[in-house]
Amino acid sequence: MIDRGGSRRDECEAGGEDAGRLEVSMGPQHPSTHGVFRMDVVLEGETVVRLKPVFGYLHRNHEKIAEQTTYLGSMPYTDRLDYFCSLTSNWAYALAVEKLAGLAVPERAEYLRVITAELTRLQNHACQMGFMLQDLGAMGTPMMYAFREREKILDLFESLTGSRMMCNYMRFGGCRADAPAGWIEAARGVVGDFPRFLDEYEALLATNEIVMARTQGVGVLPRDLAINASASGPVLRASGVGYDIRKTDRYGVYDRFDFRVPVGDHGDCYDRFMLRLLEMRESVKILEAALEQIPAGPVIDGKVKLRNFKPRAGEAYGRIEGPKGEIGFYLISDGSASPYRYRVRPPSLINLTALEEMCLGQKVADVVVILGSIDIVLGEVDR
Amino acid sequence: MSVEGAGLIRGFIETGRNLVGSYVDPRRWVTVQYPEERRATPENSRVYPFLVYDGADPEEGLRCVSCKICEKECPPQCIYIVPAQDERGRPRKHPAIFDIDISVCMSCQICVEVCPFDSIKMDQAYAWDREDRFGGLLLHKADLARPNRYYRELHPAEARVVDEHLARERELRESGVRAAVRASLPGSGEPGGGT
Amino acid sequence: MERLASIQARIEAALPEAKLALAANPGASGQHSLVVEAAHLEAVARRLRDDPELQFDYLSNVTGVDWLDRVETDKVRVKREYQGEEIEVEESVERRVPGYLEVVYHLYSVARGTGPLVLRVRTGNRTDRVDVPSLANVFRGAELQEREVYDLFGVVFTGHPDLRRLLMWEGFSGHPMRKDYVEPDDYEYEPTPHGEVAAKASRRYAKRGQP
Repeated sequence: MIDRGGSRRDECEAGGEDAGRLEVSMGPQHPSTHGVFRMDVVLEGETVVRLKPVFGYLHRNHEKIAEQTTYLGSMPYTDRLDYFCSLTSNWAYALAVEKLAGLAVPERAEYLRVITAELTRLQNHACQMGFMLQDLGAMGTPMMYAFREREKILDLFESLTGSRMMCNYMRFGGCRADAPAGWIEAARGVVGDFPRFLDEYEALLATNEIVMARTQGVGVLPRDLAINASASGPVLRASGVGYDIRKTDRYGVYDRFDFRVPVGDHGDCYDRFMLRLLEMRESVKILEAALEQIPAGPVIDGKVKLRNFKPRAGEAYGRIEGPKGEIGFYLISDGSASPYRYRVRPPSLINLTALEEMCLGQKVADVVVILGSIDIVLGEVDR
Repeated sequence: MSVEGAGLIRGFIETGRNLVGSYVDPRRWVTVQYPEERRATPENSRVYPFLVYDGADPEEGLRCVSCKICEKECPPQCIYIVPAQDERGRPRKHPAIFDIDISVCMSCQICVEVCPFDSIKMDQAYAWDREDRFGGLLLHKADLARPNRYYRELHPAEARVVDEHLARERELRESGVRAAVRASLPGSGEPGGGT
Repeated sequence: MERLASIQARIEAALPEAKLALAANPGASGQHSLVVEAAHLEAVARRLRDDPELQFDYLSNVTGVDWLDRVETDKVRVKREYQGEEIEVEESVERRVPGYLEVVYHLYSVARGTGPLVLRVRTGNRTDRVDVPSLANVFRGAELQEREVYDLFGVVFTGHPDLRRLLMWEGFSGHPMRKDYVEPDDYEYEPTPHGEVAAKASRRYAKRGQP
């Protein structure tokens, strides 16, 4: 007995075999796939009747590399998983190691982590919306507006961490460096300006008839399937599940901020799109509070060794709410300087589990929109 | 919203405001004409590592003692060090070869963090276009050596801390040496030096 | 640990034939796990999902772990005849512990906000008895992750709807995440200063009769 939470797969496969069917290989070199990703799509006319995602074009066995290097040496590699959200990947990995070794993090570092993670969420969501609209055919303009805002956040990252994208900022037991003079004020300025961009974006597209026609009712992911298929992040919440790890796990200092978790109604592309807009507004609230409350003090536990870091034998799974969903790291230590087992739980890959269900019965042009609304980064999908 | 196309029109008004606004509002005018106009990089910015030397001689003044810690800790293994030897074949605290393959380097700064001698730091030069992608991107000791002056210009706040730390260490070492010398002199009343 | 023991008792009461074992985690995280026999995995997972008191409805993470064969030495006291007398001596006996592959599941409850519940299931050995029942029919979220474990570790998930390699290509042999996997020396030649890589590359090019 296969209970798949309302699958359309079987219905479609029951239909007449190869009656004028066309097999299309979308990707791997296709601008809409956001990287090297392929979907083998079977079409009847323009309607999708089967879709098989093909992965692995960017596979480099990140986990094996991490098992051959030191705990610290894997930190810069986590930047390269999801190159839009290096700071949240850093945090998830640092959190897993801290659980494994039982380390505490100074308060200021926790605030810096919240601030950088929420800034990451802002720029990721802004770009995701830009990319998705680009996939819809809104060439350039919305994406460039998003990139304009992202640029300000990347400048903040550069002056804080030294790098715009490959930040490599978190360390076990804190953050690598304190914020330079004037950084908090600069961040306040960027965050203060951000709602203007959100209003602008909402005016630009939220009521746009073309966007609504192309996204409403498209790529519906039902609530039960979303949970059963381990969807996470905005994809899960757009399907009506109010599950946010910032609220359930209360990692870091998230319990000190007052924010709401937006939840969608229909689980379609429009809900996923609007949910990100609402989430950014909540992130702005968190950021304003965090930048106000950030205490003085050290940013790293000075007792934690940088070199020859050897946590005692054991295992830990640490996860955080990344912009794309639940990013987790599972580590097994055998007491040596490198992990015995190192596993990344990639939200981008696992959110694609139900891709076929979301696309079946839709037009081929909608596949591009649906994929865009899930928000994947191939560096993380293929690892 | 009841009027068909109202949402589209709102969007066009927004683009229009951006188009016109970009001429008057500096917050909307965000690009620069790159090769002619360049933005200053922030102090923390990092690209590839370089080696710091004190004094005037880039060879003898190198702070590197070829302890090979950075070579061991470098995640992509892009550093290659061979220690120098003196006339009798004993290892000297100096690198004979110090190569960094910047086609492999991923600018993670871990070498800088683990170096106990403050001898390797991050550079900010980012234009590394070369005709030869192998040799041109393999930097040798001579290409990597930069005076401490250069480091102070790049990262003033960080360099101040490092300079103070090194000065304190030198002082300790010298006073330690003096105390040890005094202690070894016959008839000196002072008990053991502060080494 | 108590909570896990109560979950264990609850499952064992509901499924008397399924035997669960607690596996303690010596580390600081306090995430202990339940070891399930492969034959009862699907029933246990279904029970964990549907039990109204537990509701572990969200399978977050599925992964494999490769445990190699290892040799352990036990100290045993044996009686020996020595110069006509029987004395007791201590001898070390080598015991070969066969390796196995392990699949680890991290379950959470969206409905109750609890978790993680760590489930582990072990294969018979690392060579021919590597099958484990698939959970893809209980949790859709296992589908791609089990394919990945199959691909990288070589665990065969019986009952999986579409068990193919996920990241490596069709026709690739071997399972790269296994601890005894030997990486091929097919490095492209690069004049790198690094002895190890250069040696590997030159060995390979020498074999093919190229510079």
